[in-house]
Amino acid sequence: MTTWRQRIHPEQLREVSLVVLIAAALLIFGWQIENFLSARTFNRIAASVAIVGMVAIGQTLVVLTRNIDLSVGSIVGFTAYFVGSQLAANNAMGAPAAVALAAAVGGAMGLVNGLIVAYGRVPAIITTLGTLAIYRMLLINYANARTVTVDSLPAWVVELSRQTLFSIGDFAVRPLMVATLAAVVVFQFVLGYTIFGRRLYAIGSNPDAARFAGLPAQRMVLTAFTLCGMLAGLAGFLFLARFGTITAVAGQGIELESVAAVVVGGVNTFGGSGTVLGALLGAFLIDLLGQGLLRWLGISEFWRGALLGLLILLAVASDAVILGWLRRLWRGGAEVDHDR
Amino acid sequence: MIANLRRLIGWEGFLFVVLILVMIVNTGRAPAYLSLSNQINLFQLSIEKIIVALVMTFVIVNGEIDLSVASVMGLAACLIAVLFESGVPMPLAILAALIAGVCCGAFNGLWVAYVGLPSLAVTLAGMIGYRGVARILIEDRSIGGFPSWFTALGQQPLLGPFPLSLILFATLFVLALVILQFSGVGRLIYVIGNNAAVARYSGIDTPRLKLGVFVASGLIAAMAGVLLAARLGAVRGNTAEGFELDIITMVLLGGVSIFGGVGNLVGVGLAILVVLNLRNGMSLLNVTGNVQTGVIGMLLILSVLLPNLTQMARERLQRRTAQRKEVQIETETPVSS
Repeated sequence: MTTWRQRIHPEQLREVSLVVLIAAALLIFGWQIENFLSARTFNRIAASVAIVGMVAIGQTLVVLTRNIDLSVGSIVGFTAYFVGSQLAANNAMGAPAAVALAAAVGGAMGLVNGLIVAYGRVPAIITTLGTLAIYRMLLINYANARTVTVDSLPAWVVELSRQTLFSIGDFAVRPLMVATLAAVVVFQFVLGYTIFGRRLYAIGSNPDAARFAGLPAQRMVLTAFTLCGMLAGLAGFLFLARFGTITAVAGQGIELESVAAVVVGGVNTFGGSGTVLGALLGAFLIDLLGQGLLRWLGISEFWRGALLGLLILLAVASDAVILGWLRRLWRGGAEVDHDR
Repeated sequence: MIANLRRLIGWEGFLFVVLILVMIVNTGRAPAYLSLSNQINLFQLSIEKIIVALVMTFVIVNGEIDLSVASVMGLAACLIAVLFESGVPMPLAILAALIAGVCCGAFNGLWVAYVGLPSLAVTLAGMIGYRGVARILIEDRSIGGFPSWFTALGQQPLLGPFPLSLILFATLFVLALVILQFSGVGRLIYVIGNNAAVARYSGIDTPRLKLGVFVASGLIAAMAGVLLAARLGAVRGNTAEGFELDIITMVLLGGVSIFGGVGNLVGVGLAILVVLNLRNGMSLLNVTGNVQTGVIGMLLILSVLLPNLTQMARERLQRRTAQRKEVQIETETPVSS
């Protein structure tokens, strides 16, 4: 009777419920909207989820440790512009060098965040609210009102977002999405099965206990922020590949989209639970609902913000309510409820 | 307690010294800096933000955060503009905007206080959602052409050389100071911020007070949005976007702890003066807006980092002296035995 309860934890049902929600949304939209379940819709969603999803992976790592990184949008913008201008100046630069450059620049910015948070003991929200402004300032000064244009970039960069690796029916699988999926697989494994990953959860669920157990909490937080910066840097490269034209405002607002994806994806803002797969599904669900609802209700693009806000609130609320209910159910079945 | 008090005075003293330094440098750069008109102008340019910073102090001392204030400001401004455009009399439009602010604040507060959701997540949703509602209302237009008395209220002096917004700020500052620092409600806000569980067990109606703080935050933010619409004379969908950074910076720079329960309005008042004078000084030096924002961002980080670093250094020093004492005792023991 209680065996299935012991084997499955309420927290693990999150991804399942997200998949169910996505399936339901697909069914409803497919039934109500003509031509919704087409390759075009899929490709459009995949292209934008690739970028937000990459950032959301890093955001998950940081949120798991009970922190938050609001500077990722500025990091995406800075790396997109910086790598773009380097590529424009030196068309011979190859793909590996460009990707490494993006990861290094982003990683350095993440490292600064991590040092201030972990070793300077400044709350993450203060630190990254500050670096959000500082990194953007660096970008605006560096860009100096110039723009990276598609024509100045080597052809292979722009090709990345159009190329089809292989296609399943009409659904084209593009390199950008593959990169993000690969990163999700890697970090899903890292979080689930490596010492680093398990320690990250330990720190988030109880920082004091983790410290008393001798975990190097400061170093772990520093690593989480650095990885988050690197992933944001990679997302910056994807951003460059997707849009080609980069101005100083590039990537603005991605910090909120990534936090939204993470929260909808079931990563607890108090740390300690959630997965990168959930965050990716969250990003996918948000984009799917955004595209679908706008077309279904026949409303304009201006409704997007209001819907997104409502969605985040509903996700957080239902997460808290349902999880509390499930936990009670689990406890109630397994043993006497000690709380009452 | 006394040590705490001394640290607070120390922080305010530090802000005061910084303020004097900034003022001296500014005066040296531009003689017109100290003139009454420049000083009023300096307040006038950020008056809406500093009004909201007052109520943000309540929210953060209470142990919460409200990221949605800038969106509420934008929503109030857009609501006024759209209502005015459709022929609603201005006073009614203002009332509607203020009510909308109360509703936004109550909405945030209900989720935080009664459902128990983290305010960071709730007000993040509010920040996106309320801005979204503003965009639904105004789309991509810019609405202006308000009645002249309305824009005059935002731009012209009302009493002597002082405009309405400045008088409002001064009144609200005194009011907020009395409520937070000298009233029973103020003490309760500190108690909740320090330890919400203890507050609840000692019979304080924590949820109601939290809800009240969020409603006040929404109302004041909406009022600031109305003032902003009057001062700018035209409203767009992105009016007041990003203001939350400056507002939160002023509060935290004033020595208010992001974890709640610590800080006071005197510090916040000084921090407001520092930020305003710094921005004004940088403008006099032709420093562009985004660099100013970057400098404020650095200030935000440093305002927490520097005290932390000095405290860490002090702790390390104490530990070292303690170790030295232990070593001495150890070497003394054999002699005594």
